Amino acid sequence: MKFTSSPLLSQLLPAWRARFVAALILLAFGTLAARSVYLQVVRNDFLQQKGESRYARVIELSATRGRIADRSGDMLAVSTPVKSVWAIPEDARLSPAQARTLAALLEMDVRELNRRLAAEKDFVFIKRQIPPDVAEKVAALALPGIHQQREYRRYYPAGEVTAHMLGFTGVDDRGQEGIELAFDDQLAGRPGSRRVIKDRLGRIVEDVESIKPPQDGKDITLALDAKVQYLAFTHLKQALAVHKAKAGGVVVLDARTGEVLGLANLPAYNPNNRLKLTGAQLRNRALTDVFEPGSTMKPFTAALALEKGRFRSDSLIQTAPGRLTIGNATIHDAHPHGPLTVAQVIQKSSNVGTAKIAGTFAAEEMWRMFDDIGFGQPLRLGFPGEVGGRLRPFKTWRPIEQATMSYGHGISVTLMQLARAYLAFARDGDLIPLSLTRQESAPLAGKSIFSAQTARQVRAMLELAVLPGGTAPKAQIAGYRVAGKTGTAHKLEGGSYADRYVAVFVGFAPVSDPRLVVAVMIDEPSAGQYYGGEVAAPVFAQVMAGSLRTLGVAPDAPLKPVQVARDVAAVPESL
Amino acid sequence: MLRVNLLLIAIVLASALGTVASQHTARKLFTEMEREQERMRQLEVEWGQLQLEQSTWASHARIEKVARERLHMKPPAPGQILAVERPQ
Repeated sequence: MKFTSSPLLSQLLPAWRARFVAALILLAFGTLAARSVYLQVVRNDFLQQKGESRYARVIELSATRGRIADRSGDMLAVSTPVKSVWAIPEDARLSPAQARTLAALLEMDVRELNRRLAAEKDFVFIKRQIPPDVAEKVAALALPGIHQQREYRRYYPAGEVTAHMLGFTGVDDRGQEGIELAFDDQLAGRPGSRRVIKDRLGRIVEDVESIKPPQDGKDITLALDAKVQYLAFTHLKQALAVHKAKAGGVVVLDARTGEVLGLANLPAYNPNNRLKLTGAQLRNRALTDVFEPGSTMKPFTAALALEKGRFRSDSLIQTAPGRLTIGNATIHDAHPHGPLTVAQVIQKSSNVGTAKIAGTFAAEEMWRMFDDIGFGQPLRLGFPGEVGGRLRPFKTWRPIEQATMSYGHGISVTLMQLARAYLAFARDGDLIPLSLTRQESAPLAGKSIFSAQTARQVRAMLELAVLPGGTAPKAQIAGYRVAGKTGTAHKLEGGSYADRYVAVFVGFAPVSDPRLVVAVMIDEPSAGQYYGGEVAAPVFAQVMAGSLRTLGVAPDAPLKPVQVARDVAAVPESL
Repeated sequence: MLRVNLLLIAIVLASALGTVASQHTARKLFTEMEREQERMRQLEVEWGQLQLEQSTWASHARIEKVARERLHMKPPAPGQILAVERPQ
């Protein structure tokens, strides 16, 4: 039978069936359209993002911490990438043999390793900051659950020599001490990130956007001169060993610019290996420890006397019989002298003479001078733990206190403050701020404390102190004219003076045009000698001589050519 | 009419293939650039390490030791220094 003649065709279907099917189809289309609107319009952002996350990645861009260099560009602190090994304890199922190999590579105890892996945590560090070659060996073991991450470690090539100046950083690469802390904002890098498209093999094929560009930390050029610093450190170390002293410090300042060329403290530590650090090693004594400056304070008293016009350099003062009683206290001289000029009072370091000069001042005058020269207030170099020393308000001074303060007792200072105060003598009476970083040009004139004439007269007195007949002939240097002052102070312990001493020497050279100020402090020399002129002055001479030569400062004392051929011992000491 | 259509199809095809090819080249070049940038970072790290090594070798303590012990040098005694004045 033919299809066209089928009887079924002649039967008319009810019209609603066709409409019903059409409606169904329309409905299906409608649903599809609605769905597509929902996906393409309403949820578009979410889905786009989901899709992108299948191939786009945000990668972290690490930033390195700035380097610290000395004034001539020698590197003092450099960060270099190292690896840290960490584990997911749950995944790290190591066989005893594997654990032993890993522990041996990391130079740690197997029990310690197993203890860490047994921790109920998702993440444990096994060992931080291991060298790259060890990291490669660990990676080659391909142990399950053991991973590595890149970190930075800071190295200090100069080791303990620059330890106190630079300080150090923690494992997180943030500064914790010294320059590292003081300049942390500038040194620290800011890690960035960017979004990229990666292909099947993990290669980056397209940059989508830079979310945050990484910012490497800025390099810092210090005022420090590595050679001067080395000289200061080694000579101080030698002196400490010879005199069996407890601690010590040396500060070297550039008199023209106020730059800190050297800052050494002992005891020191190795910043590259800080396992056994003690508080005593960490102290940056030159800035955080105060001491009574003793006779190194006398030149300020003399300068004030000249400045006020009450004395001249050659005014006579009777210091016999070497004692002076004020109230119910008596001041002594180590050696009694007769009548001395002001210059001789400084040269011979007479307590009585200085106290008599100070007796002519009003307390406020003296306090103002101390305050102007920076005693009693921190230097604000930005160093952590800086202190200002003690300078009591003048209203509470008793006459005996004013007298003892004139020769450096009853007042306390840091070595850095003392060195800076001597800048006023080295620089024709003005005081400039100190700088830890290299200065491109000398600062404009600072605060004027004394007149240029007074400063020159005090310089002449201080030069006498290192010549034969003064307290510190051992501070002399061949070829240069040197000026300075010794100090030997009893240490205050529990409110009374003990039989322990601080030996100090502060001075500058060359006297004809002062270039460097060097201050040396040696705490508790206990090998017999304790006078500043015996203990601290030789260190001053060594550091000063080496530094002047290093900096190429022209000699200002005659070195006659005929002496070249002569025996060393034959050279007169006055050179 | 047919010929115009064929021509248009050919142009569209060529353009599409061109896009694919240039996209591919771009990605290859980009990967290469990435590799070079990575190398740059590596070299920077190496530079830092070399600077560190240089500083360690050139440390003043080591120089002094070598000068004194191996080269038998010593600071000149005061009488041995001859200052030369620059002629004016």
